[in-house]
Amino acid sequence: MTTVGTVLPAQSFPIARADLVRYAGASGDFNPIHWNERFATSVGLPNVIAHGMYTMALTARVVTDWAGDPGAVVEYGVRFTRPVVVPDPDGAVLDVAGEVSAVRDDGLVVVDLTATVNGQTVLAKARAVVRPPS
Amino acid sequence: MPLDQSFVGRVYPPTPPYQVGREKIREFADAIGDANPAYRDRAAAKELGYPDVVAPPTFGIIVTSRAGHQVIMDPELGVDYSRVVHGEQRFTYVRPIRAGDTLSVVVTVESVRSVAGNDIVSTKGDVSTVDGDPVLTTYSTLVVRGADS
Repeated sequence: MTTVGTVLPAQSFPIARADLVRYAGASGDFNPIHWNERFATSVGLPNVIAHGMYTMALTARVVTDWAGDPGAVVEYGVRFTRPVVVPDPDGAVLDVAGEVSAVRDDGLVVVDLTATVNGQTVLAKARAVVRPPS
Repeated sequence: MPLDQSFVGRVYPPTPPYQVGREKIREFADAIGDANPAYRDRAAAKELGYPDVVAPPTFGIIVTSRAGHQVIMDPELGVDYSRVVHGEQRFTYVRPIRAGDTLSVVVTVESVRSVAGNDIVSTKGDVSTVDGDPVLTTYSTLVVRGADS
């Protein structure tokens, strides 16, 4: 039974430069700030940064792994508050946690997500509306 | 100079059809490291009640970001694309995207604001099959960093 306060299994996602190259190819977003350190630093970034949509996709996995059916997600949104810097070769680790904050009358639940790197929040207002697993 | 407010409410023509393929879904799922069988195995997807493999929740960005470029690259709007960063993203789903879908997007400009020297453009993308069945809606907010930030 899913209730307010139900905690979803947390996950940690290591992010290496190669993962960004792969995501660039799969998504079609080839902005060089996501793979080219020389370019990224030339536009004032500390280093190459992850695609926001890649961070959003990884964060969703905490929800879909819990729900089982990817189609159980009826709404999903985030605000990008801080870039995920991915130095080579060390990379970064994204830590994601989720908790049910509301159970709606229609049986759907609201999951509030936190996504952090080194303890710093990278997504705000990360929230999914989900049909809970039975 | 602030962006032209008259863009609010502007609706762009439907994008050319995008055909969703099984291997593209698998490639995307691999790229986000997601082993869910519903993205790869037709039988597993059928067990969940879908006619073919389905796509991860954020797959739609492949279709909608191209559609959104119509706005952000619109020479009339005059955005410096090198200063654009993604501010917010939200999806509402009627159903998951699945292999075999042929999708088109209609983009509407929802708001154009100026906050603390940055221009903020919010768009909505209604994604439907070419037969007119709604699939999902995306809401994107792009921030055009001002010259001082």
